Amino acid sequence: MTLSAESIESARDLAVTAINEADSLDGLKEAKLAHMGDRSPIAKANQLLGTLAAEERAQFGKIIGQAKGVVSAAYEAQLAALEAIRDARVLVDERVDVSLPARRGLQGGLHPLTILTNEICDLFLGMGYRVAEGPELEAEWLNFDALNIPADHPARTMQDTFFIEPLESHLVLRTHTSPVQVRTMLTEKPPIYVICPGRTYRADELDATHTPVFSQVEGLVVDKGITMADLKGTLDHFAQSIFGADVKTRLRSSFFPFTEPSAEVDFYFNGRWIEWGGCGMVNPKVLVACGIDPDEYTGFAFGMGLERTLMVRHGISDMHDIVEGDIRFSQMFGTGIK
Amino acid sequence: MKVPLSWIKEYAAIPDGASVESLVEAFVSVGFEVEGVDIQGRDIVGPLVVGLVQSIEEVTGQKKPIRYVGLDCGESETRYVICGATNFVVGDHVVVSLPGAVLPGGFHIAARETYGHISNGMICSGKELGISSDHSGIIVLASGVPGENAIDLLEVEDVIFDVAVNPDRGYALSVRGLSRELAASLSAPYNDPALAVDPQKYDSNMDAVQVIIDDPTAVSVIYLRTISDFDASAKTPVWMQRRIEKCGMRPISLAVDITNYVMLELGQPLHAFDRSKLTGSVHIRRATKEKTFTTLDGQLRTLSPENIVVSDDQVALALAGTMGGLESEVTSNTAGIVIEAARFDPVGIAKNSRHHKLSSEASRRFERSVDPQLAAISSARAIDLLIELGNATYVGTAIAGSVELAPTIQFPPGFASQILGITVEPEAVCDTLETVGCYVTKKSEDEWLVQPPTWRSDLLTPTDLVEEVGRLVGLNSIAGRLPIGRSAHTLSPAQSRKRGIANFLAHAGYSEVYNYPFVNQEMVDLLGFVGPRAASFRLANPMSDQAPLLRTHLLPGLLDATKRNISRGAKDVAIFEIGTVFRDITKLPDVGIVGTHERPSPEAIDRIYASVPPQPLFVGAVVAGSLDRAGWWGVGRTFDWSDSINQALSIIELTGNVATIVQSDFAPWHPGRCAELQVAGKAVAHAGELHPRVLEALGLPARTCAFAVNLSELPFQQNKSAPVIVTMPAATQDVSLIVDINTPAARVEAALISGAGDLLESIELFDRYGGLPGDDAGKISLAFTLTFRAPDRTLTADEVSGYREAAVAQAIKETGAILRA
Repeated sequence: MTLSAESIESARDLAVTAINEADSLDGLKEAKLAHMGDRSPIAKANQLLGTLAAEERAQFGKIIGQAKGVVSAAYEAQLAALEAIRDARVLVDERVDVSLPARRGLQGGLHPLTILTNEICDLFLGMGYRVAEGPELEAEWLNFDALNIPADHPARTMQDTFFIEPLESHLVLRTHTSPVQVRTMLTEKPPIYVICPGRTYRADELDATHTPVFSQVEGLVVDKGITMADLKGTLDHFAQSIFGADVKTRLRSSFFPFTEPSAEVDFYFNGRWIEWGGCGMVNPKVLVACGIDPDEYTGFAFGMGLERTLMVRHGISDMHDIVEGDIRFSQMFGTGIK
Repeated sequence: MKVPLSWIKEYAAIPDGASVESLVEAFVSVGFEVEGVDIQGRDIVGPLVVGLVQSIEEVTGQKKPIRYVGLDCGESETRYVICGATNFVVGDHVVVSLPGAVLPGGFHIAARETYGHISNGMICSGKELGISSDHSGIIVLASGVPGENAIDLLEVEDVIFDVAVNPDRGYALSVRGLSRELAASLSAPYNDPALAVDPQKYDSNMDAVQVIIDDPTAVSVIYLRTISDFDASAKTPVWMQRRIEKCGMRPISLAVDITNYVMLELGQPLHAFDRSKLTGSVHIRRATKEKTFTTLDGQLRTLSPENIVVSDDQVALALAGTMGGLESEVTSNTAGIVIEAARFDPVGIAKNSRHHKLSSEASRRFERSVDPQLAAISSARAIDLLIELGNATYVGTAIAGSVELAPTIQFPPGFASQILGITVEPEAVCDTLETVGCYVTKKSEDEWLVQPPTWRSDLLTPTDLVEEVGRLVGLNSIAGRLPIGRSAHTLSPAQSRKRGIANFLAHAGYSEVYNYPFVNQEMVDLLGFVGPRAASFRLANPMSDQAPLLRTHLLPGLLDATKRNISRGAKDVAIFEIGTVFRDITKLPDVGIVGTHERPSPEAIDRIYASVPPQPLFVGAVVAGSLDRAGWWGVGRTFDWSDSINQALSIIELTGNVATIVQSDFAPWHPGRCAELQVAGKAVAHAGELHPRVLEALGLPARTCAFAVNLSELPFQQNKSAPVIVTMPAATQDVSLIVDINTPAARVEAALISGAGDLLESIELFDRYGGLPGDDAGKISLAFTLTFRAPDRTLTADEVSGYREAAVAQAIKETGAILRA
């Protein structure tokens, strides 16, 4: 074979034509092998360069180089074009219906009582309270005597309180979380700021608004110079945090053995006053029973039923939904993530 | 207590035109909740008149009795009406609505033909007038004048408030007390009806039945007033009947009605005895002489020697302050009556009432404390009425005991502002205290002596007086102030753990439930609980005999709730509960008598705390069905024993503890599919599949799984030091071992770990299969990947295979494993 500019240009044109006519990546690969491989005419021409005199070598080297450049550019262009076509086809093939339901496990949820309790604890932690808890099976002395509920008080009858056999064990299922307040006052010195959530028990039949096993949250503050204004301010803040910023509270004079003065607290929600819980200034007799000097310290306490709070806040009309453990109920409330 | 406005107005100058709403608000603002308001008679239009029954013709041939009645309604001619009631006779006075009248509910009365007669009006029942629920017959009046306006006679138009009275305010269980409160709330003038009675005019003398207080702890003062010649045929006047009815009681007979009327009016329960049935004197004593007593409701009651009774020289006459006796009650022949008015010990009467499960109008008042001054006044008032209405003759009065007054209270007037958190001027403090009946003596500007009124036995301390000031000044005048605790807190570790685990499980697909902690013995037996889980606290008064025990485990409630969900159509159920269980019923130390007048001694506090059994906190869960469900993507995966074990393990690991899994046969789990998880050698959890027989008995799906972790047994870990993250490359080695089928994989893994040396980073079981051929039949193959990494260098192949061989050698030594070729 002899080298000529014509033969090189002809090989170049054949290569470009083959590349441009390749209609698949496989075809392009064949064209590349035939026209750009070691056995291609241009490669062979290149191999002959070594046999030429220096002047001719330079001349043909330049021609071959230019031909290679043209072929290579044609190849890159065709490769890009064919890859684009392939990609477009594959990605279209792989298209899915993204609206299909995701493959997810069973949905869980916290009981709304837990969510509410967490909310309340966080609120009071933020105000410098400690969260205090105590046993549900409790000593009568802590549940009653220390709270100025003497042995003959009607609250201590079997109609209201679950007693444990034998009665001489003096154990009851606590009727309120107040024994936690007593335990706190027996253990700690003022200033005391505690919030006490927990399960409580009273011998009421389960119906749409009552349950023998319920939840309470109680607050207790014992400090110097505490007044009913502190109680009112705390209840306002509490109610607004739970029910909304525009919620008002009112106090109605009432009676509880462990507070004096005592009051019921109502809140105004959706156009009506709703009874929320009891409150008052800690009865000095209770402070005395716990070894706190009532001349030096005063305190307030309040207590609410969490079921009732929940029912009002979420429009739950039947207590059964709260106590029966139907998974649809907890699932609806999720996990309390805001 | 139910109280009619018409009666209140007799003592309290209620402004004309005060709306019902404003009166309710006035009650509420001074601490008296109004539980109901019954507005009566506003929708009645007359004529409604008194009719005298002149003739009765029975209309025969009807399905029910029908009468054609001739009435004198004060008209020139007899008026005839048809009537379906039969509780009246000729000569009775009845209430007749004439044509043109409109009764409640828009019921128009007109002349009409019925049962073959023209009926010119209607004889009315209490229900038809909307003044009572009684529809058993028509109203028969005690007296009346034909043609008299019955709307006025019956005081049909009224407003009846049902007022809740707190237990410390016995005085308010009377029209006297509630009128005082309403007047105080409205700043309206008030006339005390007790002041209208002159008890002095009935002298004490020896003609009366005498009274002896045998037990002075039972009663402080008692008046016994005797009358004779009472006209037992005298009828209770309509106005008195109506007031008694409006207060929610039933008229009975004149003598009894008078005692009830005075009780409603003043608040002092009275009892009327038939004098002819008394032997000797009346005694107040404990029931130490008799075992049983028949009360006037006909019930034979077993007495406790602690009960207070009223007796004569021989037998008990009444369960004091609670209910009279059948034998001594006044009858239609009684002419001599003894009226008893006593101030019984409130606690004593509360015990009487509770012991006999007998709450009466009398006991409710006595146990809330009755004004001691009323014994004299109310008994005199009753005598007035017996003379006026029953033509009785006064005989005499016997008195025992004396009125005990509450001590005066030293009260610095500034104390009210100090507790209430608002400024109440001394004049306002004085005004409110006087309004509730206190006498205020101002010894100096800062030192007042306050004598509470006799009816306020609840006013004993300065704080009690502050409550009165707050009540009348209005608690809503207090402006709020937000106090902030003087140190900062986070949740305790136990609280934080509880919250974290609840969140973990909720996000893992479990729904939280709160179950009642009550169970029954059948469930305990069915679940096969033994040891501490079989011995439970028993309630003395359970809600139902179906569940008298406290739970020792969370599973009974969780299984119940699972069943409930499935019965409501749920296919996949995953629920959890975090709650306390009650175990260890070992007898605990007696608390003994601990007073409340001072802080108990450290020993007493220890005793109190030690009397309360430990109540560990558990988390438990039950799963039936799939957590990973089937769908358009294909099949799901049924939750199985290993998932339960894994969840329990995860919870333990989340608390920073390390658990060992041990094969267990703990009931009610499947004896071959139950893991016991141990931390530091102590069992803290059980997990796996439940026993098939238990599931079948409870009607739960096969393969239901459960776990329970004792959170109280998991130690709290200190802050961990951060691990060193090694960046040198890791080298992996696979090992395949053949072991006996009963060899736990965990044991093989533990042996490999102990043999592999310190550079072993992790180990993973990636394959397990049985069905091996030949000599290996009945064995299983376990394949592990071991990953090694050195902190300071790249491990060589020789080095790593050396560690692998050491690991395998240890496994062979400990478990008899054979290395697969």
